Amino acid sequence: MSQPFRTEKGGRIDRGAQLSFNFDGETLQGHKGDTLASALLANGIHLVGRSFKYHRPRGILTAGSEEPNALVGIYRQGDQTPNMRATQVELYEGLEAISQNRFPSLGFDIGAVNDLMSPLFPAGFYYKTFMWPKAFWDRVYEPIIRAAAGLGKPPKNPDHDKYANLYAHCDVLVVGSGPAGLAAALAAAETGARVILCDEQAEFGGSLLSEDGATIDGKAASEWVAETIAALEAKDHVTLLPRTTAFGYFAQNYVALAERVTEHLSDPDPKLPRERLWQLRAKEVVIAAGAIERPMVFPENDRPGILVADAGRTYLNRYGVKVGHKVLVATACDTAWQAAFDLADHGTEVVAIADLRHNPPENLIAIAEARGIRVERGCVITGTNGRKRVSGALLGRVSPNGAVSSAGEVTCDAILMSGGWTPTVSLYSQSRGKVVWKEDMGAFVPGLHVQNERSAGACHGVYGLTETLADGYAAGEDAAKAAIGKTAKLTYATASGADAGTGGTLGDLPHDRNASRVKAFVDYQNDVTAKDVKLAVREGMHSIEHIKRYTTTGMATDQGRLSNMNALQIASTALAKPLTDVGLTTFRQPFTPTTFGTFASTSRGDFFDPVRKTPSHDWAVAQGAAFEDVGQWKRAWYFPKDGEDMHAAVARECAVARESVGLFDASTLGKIEVVGPDAAEFLERMYTNPWKKLAPGRCRYGLMLNDAGFVIDDGVVGRMAEDRFHVTTTTGGAAHVFATMEDYLQTEWPDLDVWITSTTEEFAVAAVQGPKAREVIAPFVEGIDLSADAFPHMSVATGTFCGVPCRLFRISFTGELGFEINVPRRHGKMVWETLAKEIEKHNGVPYGTETMHVLRAEKGFIIVGQETDGTVTPDDLNMNWAIGKKKADFVGKRGLARPDLVAEGRKQLVGLLTEDPKVVLEEGAQITKDANPATGTPAEGHVTSSYHSPAAGRSIALAIVKNGRALMGETLNVPMPDGAIPVEVVEPIFYDKEGARLNV
Amino acid sequence: MLLIHCPYCGVERPEIEFSCRGEAHIARPADPSATTDEEWAEYLYLRTNTKGVYAERWRHIHGCGRFFNAVRETVSDKFLKVYKAGEPKPDLDQIAKEAGK
Ligand SMILES: [Zn+2]
Repeated sequence: MSQPFRTEKGGRIDRGAQLSFNFDGETLQGHKGDTLASALLANGIHLVGRSFKYHRPRGILTAGSEEPNALVGIYRQGDQTPNMRATQVELYEGLEAISQNRFPSLGFDIGAVNDLMSPLFPAGFYYKTFMWPKAFWDRVYEPIIRAAAGLGKPPKNPDHDKYANLYAHCDVLVVGSGPAGLAAALAAAETGARVILCDEQAEFGGSLLSEDGATIDGKAASEWVAETIAALEAKDHVTLLPRTTAFGYFAQNYVALAERVTEHLSDPDPKLPRERLWQLRAKEVVIAAGAIERPMVFPENDRPGILVADAGRTYLNRYGVKVGHKVLVATACDTAWQAAFDLADHGTEVVAIADLRHNPPENLIAIAEARGIRVERGCVITGTNGRKRVSGALLGRVSPNGAVSSAGEVTCDAILMSGGWTPTVSLYSQSRGKVVWKEDMGAFVPGLHVQNERSAGACHGVYGLTETLADGYAAGEDAAKAAIGKTAKLTYATASGADAGTGGTLGDLPHDRNASRVKAFVDYQNDVTAKDVKLAVREGMHSIEHIKRYTTTGMATDQGRLSNMNALQIASTALAKPLTDVGLTTFRQPFTPTTFGTFASTSRGDFFDPVRKTPSHDWAVAQGAAFEDVGQWKRAWYFPKDGEDMHAAVARECAVARESVGLFDASTLGKIEVVGPDAAEFLERMYTNPWKKLAPGRCRYGLMLNDAGFVIDDGVVGRMAEDRFHVTTTTGGAAHVFATMEDYLQTEWPDLDVWITSTTEEFAVAAVQGPKAREVIAPFVEGIDLSADAFPHMSVATGTFCGVPCRLFRISFTGELGFEINVPRRHGKMVWETLAKEIEKHNGVPYGTETMHVLRAEKGFIIVGQETDGTVTPDDLNMNWAIGKKKADFVGKRGLARPDLVAEGRKQLVGLLTEDPKVVLEEGAQITKDANPATGTPAEGHVTSSYHSPAAGRSIALAIVKNGRALMGETLNVPMPDGAIPVEVVEPIFYDKEGARLNV
Repeated sequence: MLLIHCPYCGVERPEIEFSCRGEAHIARPADPSATTDEEWAEYLYLRTNTKGVYAERWRHIHGCGRFFNAVRETVSDKFLKVYKAGEPKPDLDQIAKEAGK
């Protein structure tokens, strides 16, 4: 297969290694060392995509990560990754790529009609067009916009690739491996500093890889690169990371790197990750990110075949690819002339060099003339022709007063353009440094340093190879000295060739066309034209931040690296304000798009969040239990038998627990051991209840408030000894309660002699509840008298259970006779399985969290977080009985006296009964007085818990209702989509109101 | 991710070992019942939320577990001082001046 635009020789590709690849179904050939972009260009393919808004044909514009147009989908192992920049995709055998944003094909795209209708899509069109009617947004506008806009298609399957994460430290991080970065790494490494050098490209060398003419220390630039890398590789304390983008610069020199490990391989080792996230802490950083060339803003500057000049030179010198056979070079600076000369020397016809400047350097003109290249001074492109590829250009002569007159037409199949260079200050900007404007350079360069970093080379505003090398060496020395206090003076290499050059322009160029009809693109990826920026200014956007959001210029994935300076100049001119007064938008992380996989790393699937299991877990799985997640815990939800659904299983479990006995795993409850001479005093202050008079061996229900007076947790506390309490908390509140206790203890009452220890994981807890509970546990208990007199409700004792140490509580969250058996966690499984066998003798059942909820709701026991929402007081819950009235202070006491907490009209806990006993209300449903309240009527409250109650033989609900206690017997409504449900307000207790079943 | 020096452990550790607990030196009134509603509301809810040099509480929750105080420049996120709970509030203006803020 011929590659018609491949040069005869030269470049860094491996001409001996031919690779087949596929683009939009067509099989093409390239070479090892190609990028997808260079291989496409070698085959004469410029058209690679359609633009975002107008669906205009677009070609490859650059040769780097700033590429706005050549975004393709790459198929790998059956999955497609969208929006890969063809300029960064390394070619491998069998690579499969597709173009994006076109239908049905790249060549014929229906969406291109948008280009004809472009007057309908002015700047701010989202804001203007889709405002009315509001209802259309969800049903009409959004689906259409989402279908038509956007670039690639997101992959449909879960990402099968692996990603890795590692933490690293170094003395000096060097970002970028062009001449400045290599020199900096050499200089820093020479001192013995631990150096990491990273570059987003596959090969180190940066601009030197495209530099054919220059020499360093008398050697070809590429030779110097090879020697330098070999020297760095030879040092143990240097780490070289190619294909690694420093995408985020965070506080304290914390830099995030994304290393692409296997994406460039056709058959990668499956053990390797696709990408690796380096979380790097560098003592010092050298940013050597280089500069990128600005496109020129002239009418129709976006046709395929139009590239920035340095990209043309890179494709030629590095990849051995000619961007065209007849190339027009349009420039405002010197560097593009070299591209013209290199192309001419490789046999490409350079039809003209059109320089905006009236007096470009004479030496360049002499070189051009020696090659027979036509030179036009004070000349601009005023338009281009060609549909899927540029076929010609209109030239215009710019008179000194700025007027443009036609200078004829040229035929060409490619245009190289250069508006000058923009230092890449993204990482510096991310480090929170503030750029400063250099009028003489027409560029923003790094200013003051906020972090331990320095820039070197082009991103520092230093151009010319010798100067760049010197700047790099100095930066490397400076960084190493700051990091490890050592210096080692290297002899700086000097270069000849690749001089700095002069010139450059910002903003849109003058032309003689109808300004209202032409499109001169500023931001290619977001399809923003010079006209759009001007319109935004006319419509009142005066800050660049507003202009950016109104036009979307600079909001594409390159964050405006290509477009910002031109947009800023256009806005500055339109506003008649200095450019620096218009402002520069902030560069943010990530520098280039970074995959979610890289961020997620190994935190996916089972590793996303820890799973906490109780001792009965495996047993419950074997029993076929359904599980629910409670925080990180897996809790048995219910135990269905013989094809029961949840409703049937829960009804059976509830009934059996009340008739004979049920077994429940309560191990997830938070447990805190509070110990010390001041333990009781500490609990006095932490809980509303009094504790000092609680005798050892007794338990009490504790209610915890915050200092605002609202309920935040509850649980039973057992006094094990004078100076020792076994505190339980809610499952979800365990960590927070422990942290709150620590906080008060350490910072408010450090004088208290108390230690607290989280013991949640130390104890396994089996709750045995029901009339037969005592009979079930009795055979296994030693050392505790279980009789009602010796061990009444709300008792705790230590003894043994199945021969293992045990804290036995007689407590109940069901209203039945109940015991909670706390044993060392390691014995939990044995104890559970013993009890599970034992309850069978009494026709008992294991039950899950759903039955637990129903049983407690029948008794009107609250669950913090269900009946409460952080704005509920003890009085709201009818729980003033839990408050130690004689206590001078406790956390929340003062809060309870706040005006709003004692005001009339607070929402109070009540029970609700539906008229129809079969109707179970929805938890969270709003409650109103009227069945059909007017829109905007505030709710009287909401349903907090709602179940079918086997004990009550009907549905029951708990609710928080305004002035609820005064509404007993009244009817309220629960409006639902298919009509309001009338409910009667009742006491919030539905079973055994006297509590007779507890005291047996 | 910030690096934070724990004054109890005497070492610098990554931010993920710590939790921030809001403004420092907000003491719970010794006799809450003696406070007015306004004073109590201020204790509960009002914080200076300074843009600049700020004293705040941190806890080395996944380390020694101790609460301590730190002076942080909230714009740059730079820690200017850490000190143990119970030590007096430093002169923030002086710290700001020394840090050149
Ligand atoms: Zn510590």
